[in-house]
Amino acid sequence: MARYASLAESVGHTPLVGLPSLSPSDSVRLWAKLEDRNPTGSIKDRAALSMIAAAEADGTLRPGCTILEPTSGNTGISLAMAAKLRGYRLICVMPENTSIERKQILAMWGAEIVSSSAAGGSNEAVAVAKKLAAEHPDWVMLYQYGNPANAEAHYLGTGPEILEDLPEVTHVVAGLGTTGTLMGIGRFFAETKPEVKIVAAEPRYGELVYGLRNIDEGFVPELYDPSLVTSRFSVGSRDAIRRVRELLEREGIFAGLSTGAILHAALAQAARAQKAGERADIVLIICDGGWKYLSTGAYDTDIDQAEELLDGQVWA
Amino acid sequence: MAVEVRIPTILRTFTGGEKAVQGDGSTLLQVIDDVEARHPGLKDRLVEANGLRRFVNVYVNDEDVRFTGGLGAPTADGDVVVVLPAVAGG
Repeated sequence: MARYASLAESVGHTPLVGLPSLSPSDSVRLWAKLEDRNPTGSIKDRAALSMIAAAEADGTLRPGCTILEPTSGNTGISLAMAAKLRGYRLICVMPENTSIERKQILAMWGAEIVSSSAAGGSNEAVAVAKKLAAEHPDWVMLYQYGNPANAEAHYLGTGPEILEDLPEVTHVVAGLGTTGTLMGIGRFFAETKPEVKIVAAEPRYGELVYGLRNIDEGFVPELYDPSLVTSRFSVGSRDAIRRVRELLEREGIFAGLSTGAILHAALAQAARAQKAGERADIVLIICDGGWKYLSTGAYDTDIDQAEELLDGQVWA
Repeated sequence: MAVEVRIPTILRTFTGGEKAVQGDGSTLLQVIDDVEARHPGLKDRLVEANGLRRFVNVYVNDEDVRFTGGLGAPTADGDVVVVLPAVAGG
């Protein structure tokens, strides 16, 4: 049914579409799960609504509360929508080197933005948010990196939807940021169809984003359980740009840059299966549309220039 | 030809500022040991008793070695090893 009582309830149940032009053969097929069809245009609506529902249910969030969250963009936008509907104040801590559209959209939904320094990327946003949370004990930090309700949204939603739409699925390829998507999908398939390969694609940024702090101050999300992942790939901006353009050119799908990284990893899995003569049905997640990244120049400049433009950016 | 090892900014004090160094070996550990011979101190920043340090990610041809054998992950001439600090996303 396509009728819902409110916008928030329309989250999930996204279409799964074939990618006939990018698929190597009839026995090695690629499928895209269109998470850009969620209410605010990204997969993060699932986690944001799930975390808010859990915090309301256990009494952490009460009417009039202030929510604080470190985010590079999409989670903040999803929370901003939900906070507006539910009457919460939202403060997002976001690295200053993210695209301007993300800040504009957050402001539009009424969120307040605290900028964290460019050097250190999202690690720095997490550190700043933790400090603010300690100074303001009455604020509620949902903390997507360690909140089980983030992964739960994918365990109960994204994973089952994939299996229902494509029972013959052999691989699921998704982005690795908070790890919530992969942990939820991974746990669902570990329990229902353990032979499905869970493949992580993480963006590899320019040097500035990795910062100059001691290497022991790195960050691994508390949610992350590597036993739920089969393999993990690091994808640089050049490959992400190339693939996101290919997706638009060959399949007509206009996606954001993290999806380019995911497609790159998915195509590697497809090539591997094709070479080995194995059947494969590979699902890749379209995290969001390309709208929020137009200002980066990733879609309309030559690829060398686009790569350079993304160098200091948290582009995924 | 050898294996190219890309060094993150924070660890270039060990490589005289070089962004990438060459190493030889048929496993990641052999490559690290070979590089350590010319750039002493680097190995200790990457490896601890039980394997790779928690906040260090190492990729051979873009694939995370924690899923391909860890320090025993196979390497071959022409491979590219990337070392990065672990970062958040989302």
